Amino acid sequence: MSGRHTSGIVQRRGLHHSLMRAVLFAVLGVFCIYYLIPLLVMISTSLKSLTEIREGSLISLPKEFDFSAWEKAWNSACVGVRCNGLAPYMWNSVMMTVPAVAISTILGALNGYALTKWRFRGADTIFALMLFGAFIPFQVILLPMARVLGQLGLAGTIPGLILVHTVYGLAFTTLFFRNFFIGVSSGIIQAAKVDGAGFFGIFFRLVLPMSLPAIVVTVIWQFTQIWNDFLFGVAFTIGDSNPVTVALNNVVNTSTGVKEYNVDMAAAIIAALPTLAVYVVAGAWFVRGLSAGAVKG
Amino acid sequence: MHICKAMMAAVSVAGALSASAARADGTVEVLHWWTSGGEAKAVGELKKAFEAEGGEWIDSPIAGGGGDAAMTALRARVVAGNPPTAVQLKGPGIQEWAEQGALNDVQSVADEGNWDSVLPPALAEIMKYQGKYVAAPVNIHRVDWMWANPEALKKAGVEEMPTTWDEFNAAADKLQAAGIVPLAHGGQPWQDATLFEDVVLGIGGADFFRKALVELDPEALTSDMMVKSFDQLRKLRGYVDPNFSGRDWNLATAMVMRGEAGFQIMGDWAKGEFLAAGKVPEQDFLCWPTPGKGFVLNSDSFTLFKVEGEDRIEGQKVLARLIMSPEFQKVFNLAKGSIPARTDVPLDDFDACAKRSHADLLAAIENDTLVPSMAHEMAVPRSVRGEFLDLVTAFFNSDMSSEDAVKQLAAAIKRAQEN
Amino acid sequence: MARFGRALERRLPAIVVSPLFAASLFFVYGFIVWTAYISLTRSGVMPNYEFDGLSQYVRLWETPRWYVAIRNLFVFSGLFISISMAIGILLAILLDQKVRIEGVIRTIYLYPMALSFIVTGTVWKWMLNPGLGLERLMHQAGFENFSFDWLVNSHYAIYTVVIAAVWQSSGYAMALFLAGLRSVDDEVLKAAAIDGAGLWRTYTGIVLPMLRPVFLSTIIILAHLAIKSFDLVIALTGGGPGYATDMPATFMYSFAFQRSELGVAAASATMMLMTVIAIIVPYLYSELRKTSG
Repeated sequence: MSGRHTSGIVQRRGLHHSLMRAVLFAVLGVFCIYYLIPLLVMISTSLKSLTEIREGSLISLPKEFDFSAWEKAWNSACVGVRCNGLAPYMWNSVMMTVPAVAISTILGALNGYALTKWRFRGADTIFALMLFGAFIPFQVILLPMARVLGQLGLAGTIPGLILVHTVYGLAFTTLFFRNFFIGVSSGIIQAAKVDGAGFFGIFFRLVLPMSLPAIVVTVIWQFTQIWNDFLFGVAFTIGDSNPVTVALNNVVNTSTGVKEYNVDMAAAIIAALPTLAVYVVAGAWFVRGLSAGAVKG
Repeated sequence: MHICKAMMAAVSVAGALSASAARADGTVEVLHWWTSGGEAKAVGELKKAFEAEGGEWIDSPIAGGGGDAAMTALRARVVAGNPPTAVQLKGPGIQEWAEQGALNDVQSVADEGNWDSVLPPALAEIMKYQGKYVAAPVNIHRVDWMWANPEALKKAGVEEMPTTWDEFNAAADKLQAAGIVPLAHGGQPWQDATLFEDVVLGIGGADFFRKALVELDPEALTSDMMVKSFDQLRKLRGYVDPNFSGRDWNLATAMVMRGEAGFQIMGDWAKGEFLAAGKVPEQDFLCWPTPGKGFVLNSDSFTLFKVEGEDRIEGQKVLARLIMSPEFQKVFNLAKGSIPARTDVPLDDFDACAKRSHADLLAAIENDTLVPSMAHEMAVPRSVRGEFLDLVTAFFNSDMSSEDAVKQLAAAIKRAQEN
Repeated sequence: MARFGRALERRLPAIVVSPLFAASLFFVYGFIVWTAYISLTRSGVMPNYEFDGLSQYVRLWETPRWYVAIRNLFVFSGLFISISMAIGILLAILLDQKVRIEGVIRTIYLYPMALSFIVTGTVWKWMLNPGLGLERLMHQAGFENFSFDWLVNSHYAIYTVVIAAVWQSSGYAMALFLAGLRSVDDEVLKAAAIDGAGLWRTYTGIVLPMLRPVFLSTIIILAHLAIKSFDLVIALTGGGPGYATDMPATFMYSFAFQRSELGVAAASATMMLMTVIAIIVPYLYSELRKTSG
């Protein structure tokens, strides 16, 4: 079930082999540049002074490093009439993202487990129906959702936002866990059932501990989606409880006035730091996690 | 100097207001998209004045797309039964919400302040629903402005500012020959529509403008005058540099500032950009109305939504009164670059362009050449405006013929109206 | 009592799943039904529940902009999904050749997924803008004839959206495929080598067909990104030049929230969902039958 570290079937030696390796690295390198350029442009712009940006080419390197834009983006850029930078909004995003990710992941795990290891009639149909939820454009559900939140008394609050993200994350978390559990041998679970272990007993003692890879994958996906969400944030929160994407939008999207591109870029990178950190830190587990549940049926 | 004055004025307003009102608590939550620069400062003035009266101000800024994101949030809030107290909402949009029964009126405040006698009648009409004020205007922006770089014009041998579109074309040709971009423009639908409506005013005059773009008279929409307007728009397209697509208006203003371009046609918020860069009107840059001897009116306003609770209703009233106070109108508009919505506020501290705008406004009211802006949501419902924008921007970005444009426009408007 | 307990235990999986299923029935299908109903009314600035027949659909199909949006959705989705998959597979296979700094490269390929387009849209706009970015850079470097003006060209602007979208998502596709490759048994490859199958044959004939579930996940994830592509278009082109890069999602948004025409917006949403159903459901059906076995 757990794959080898690397496979590699180009094993031949000699000149031909070296040539192949050179081509291989050239291709990989070209793609590295393609993926990195936008980030480099952002970083270099954030380190320039506004005068340098106005005079020079937008994508040239900075002549001297100037960190003031970062400071401003963090704690003094104006968002409406308040000028406290992005810092207060980062906390809102954390307060919303962490519970939403945790709840939707656990529910997805339960779903995936019940749908694969305790197959009951209609399990596949239920899965397909839930999966279709992934395709509903969020613009469509904005108004009915607002009505529901209003009736639940959750309009304009962070718990309301958590509920929305949990509901619309379920399709994906279920998909990831189902694909993972399908690859897990049913033998152990059968044995546990024979030993008299129940549904939840097996789930918490046996299944959850071994699904770390799937958890990693799901958490990364959900974290990215929820942290980066703008539409729900803008529609379902009010002023002070806005997530950081809404605040970022307010900083970057000025309708009049001078555009401070260096502050915009610094703000953009700051807003993306948590997701970037998640990718860098959890990246190694990510592929391992995916591979653990990807194939087999 | 300018800023200094504005600040002093702000302090005096705050002082005067807090002295006049002994105690008036109340809460307002204000949804707006003035999130940066001069705009944010202008809203800040309102907040200061409101808090000076002892009220609590909750700020809900949502920037982006000229208020699109804010309108999305507004709908979600109203549907959820949790509307903001006041929303930066303008034009026929006010009527649309009023028809849904979503607004509160502040007629008592308006009676007390005698709003009817100090607002231009055309503007007052827009602020009312069934004869009662449901919104308070904060400013008047003029849309039919032309901004120019005098040095660029001199270099190209353009001696006088154009007063007809033919003169404009002649000037633009000279600029082009001198290697200067004649018209700085950003290819966004609302900017294209701004050009379009200024052209219609210049070609057809105020009466035609009103017939075609406000009353949506099918005959006017399919008339030769309309074809001619599109012809002129097509000419303007030729005066724009190739990379205009998607450019923000302030970047176009910067082109004029740097002398890369000769003209920009844009509302007077562009002035703020010049002033922020330390440029002096009539010296570093020129402001001149586009042809047509009219006045295309754009006005921002705060619309008062149906909220419950003594506290919030009181807050609404205080807010409405503050917005319409001459002191606030002056301070706010000094910060924002527009002119007061009240016509009786003295303009001594304002710059030359603002004074000209005010004089032209009074003349336009006198001569009945004041028209509401279609591009800036003052004239027609948003659904109809959307059709205008789609068609004008499609025309501007393709080689559609003027005749086709007129035909398609009339059909599109009809569709939107039937709905 | 014990019997009741056992019966309960047997039903427990269904009992656990059903509230979640009910939630998605309500929040997904309930809302779809609501939208479909609104599309049959004259809703404007706010929902209005008076039945009005198919007039909104007539209106929708008379609007030229809708045709542009539909065409763009197909062009964009087709290119975006196939290019992302192709790059994903290529890079996954290359990375699977015992590359020492794999960890670093993998992170570089993956990180774009971490950034939202509110963040990266501006940069892409600069880089693709002829007057600011790539074209200007090449001119400065002495290539005077270099021309890359897709962003401001009505006919090609949609392809710049594809470029930026592929940039964001192809790394994720790579990760999914790399993971799939890692879980293919070594024995399979050895057997193929013994049979004398070449590199190409080994992958196309043996390995890739084994990755069926990976294709399923990847296609679902990419298709969902394609259909929902909204931030991307708004940030990069704003739907322009003109409305040349409009997509159903942006069309719907602009009618619902800019123009106060909820009815037309709901009609477009319904058309869009029907299209999705027509394409995705048969695919899901056939795939689930094969993989659930």
